[in-house]
Amino acid sequence: MSADNIRAGYNFAYLDEQTKRMIRRALLKAVAIPGYQVPFGGREMPMPYGWGTGGMQVTAAIIGADDCLKVIDQGADDTTNAVSIRAFFRDLTGVATTERTEEASLIQTRHRIPEKALKEDQILVYQVPIPEPLRFIEPSEVETRKMHELEDYGVMHIKLYEDIAQFGHIATSYAYPVRVNGRYVMDPSPIPKFDNPKMHQSPALQLFGAGREKRIYAIPPYTDVRSLDFEDHPFEVQRWEASCAICGSRDSFLDEVIMDDKGGHEFICSDTDYCRTRMAEQGEIA
Amino acid sequence: MTAKPLLQVRDVTKLYAAGKGCANVSFDLYPGEVLGIVGESGSGKSTLLSCLSARLAPDQGSIHYVNAEGEQLDLYGLSESRQRLLQRTEWGIVHQHARDGLRMGVSGGANIGERLMATGERHYGDLRATAERWMADVELDIDRIDDKPTTYSGGMQQRLQIARNLVTHPRLVFMDEPAGGLDVSVQARLLDLLRRLVTELGLAVVIVTHDLAVARLLAQRLIVMRRGQVVETGLTDQVLDDPQHAYTQLLVSSVLTP
Repeated sequence: MSADNIRAGYNFAYLDEQTKRMIRRALLKAVAIPGYQVPFGGREMPMPYGWGTGGMQVTAAIIGADDCLKVIDQGADDTTNAVSIRAFFRDLTGVATTERTEEASLIQTRHRIPEKALKEDQILVYQVPIPEPLRFIEPSEVETRKMHELEDYGVMHIKLYEDIAQFGHIATSYAYPVRVNGRYVMDPSPIPKFDNPKMHQSPALQLFGAGREKRIYAIPPYTDVRSLDFEDHPFEVQRWEASCAICGSRDSFLDEVIMDDKGGHEFICSDTDYCRTRMAEQGEIA
Repeated sequence: MTAKPLLQVRDVTKLYAAGKGCANVSFDLYPGEVLGIVGESGSGKSTLLSCLSARLAPDQGSIHYVNAEGEQLDLYGLSESRQRLLQRTEWGIVHQHARDGLRMGVSGGANIGERLMATGERHYGDLRATAERWMADVELDIDRIDDKPTTYSGGMQQRLQIARNLVTHPRLVFMDEPAGGLDVSVQARLLDLLRRLVTELGLAVVIVTHDLAVARLLAQRLIVMRRGQVVETGLTDQVLDDPQHAYTQLLVSSVLTP
């Protein structure tokens, strides 16, 4: 790999080659068993847990000199987490970076999937805080691994049952549990459930890294990903009455923005690249 | 009643140390039969119950169970997933402390529905209706269906635990001191309820208790244990009215009568 344009004294992509190989082995296993959480020897990264150390290690293990990297945080390219992770990899790999979804070969994301459909030659890397979907029902790790082994997933529906009993509908709106390839129940990281359908039969490879809990899991391209639900309360994504205040989109995920201290608010696209592309198409930005 | 035993227990031994645990226990349990296991604290009753319900592998001996399809299954020859399937479909396990058997973090309705969801029920309306029916059956107020069991009284928790176990219409229920720790009037209601459900549903029950009154009320046959050994077996009335072994005599004579 090229050592040009890398900060002196560092290996390409920060991690040493043996660590990258170890992570790649975990990734291969994860791809071979879709949705299964593979333990790996997570390293300390030069940032706190919870800021994306798992996603960064996965990115560091697979990034090559020819890659083009995009980093998003809640869909935006210009938020702190995205800016600093992008700068980190630019500094330590010298790879090209982009904000445009279709140009990127590798996208690291926190809590969103880009609106623009991904392609076969793209890889999406998720930052995952809590990889275990059963955690809130069953605190014991020993027991949850046993439950995965035995496909003992009845408890997953308890949470959904409780939602309906309390709120009249399934109120879980993010980290909505899915079943991957008809086998493992998986936490898709805290993406909004709006994004869940995008994981199903996606042409792109999807990798998940949890740094604090030291787990890697994956969804290979063209894999079935089904959101759990009840027959009489089927899975539904969020809808808004408003449209994006900037680009007017009615079918993207919208963030609410407070405009003043008098209760004024607007909705805008959470995916900044999508919003900008639409504006360019409408000829309002050069 | 069929002539084939539901549960065949042969020489089951699980010892933590000499005299601690249970040793060489053998018996047959027939469909619809209620078997009481009595004895003092530490006599190995609960250990035996754990062995019987596939939660604790015995050191020696065998346990065979005949399932609803009529197959004879070697309990500890089964895979863990088949054991769990039995535990949540054909069996029920009622713990002494309701907290051990309930999910305290979710509502009463969800507790009753859990087994159904685990066996593939995916219709909320049906789950809800079943939960309400069982709440009524165990004499719980239906308005409490969305309350967590932490807000229930001890007796209500125990009744909820029973409903949660019976919802899949098990054929065999294991009970460990189901009325322990409840005050006498609540105990009496719970026992009445249990007796009614056992008769209505034709359940086979293995019930562990140190309370001879509970045994007398519910059990048709008794096993008396002491220091891990079975010292006496027989029909309940026979054992309690005409105890043969010195320990059973002691046990029967030590019951307080007001």
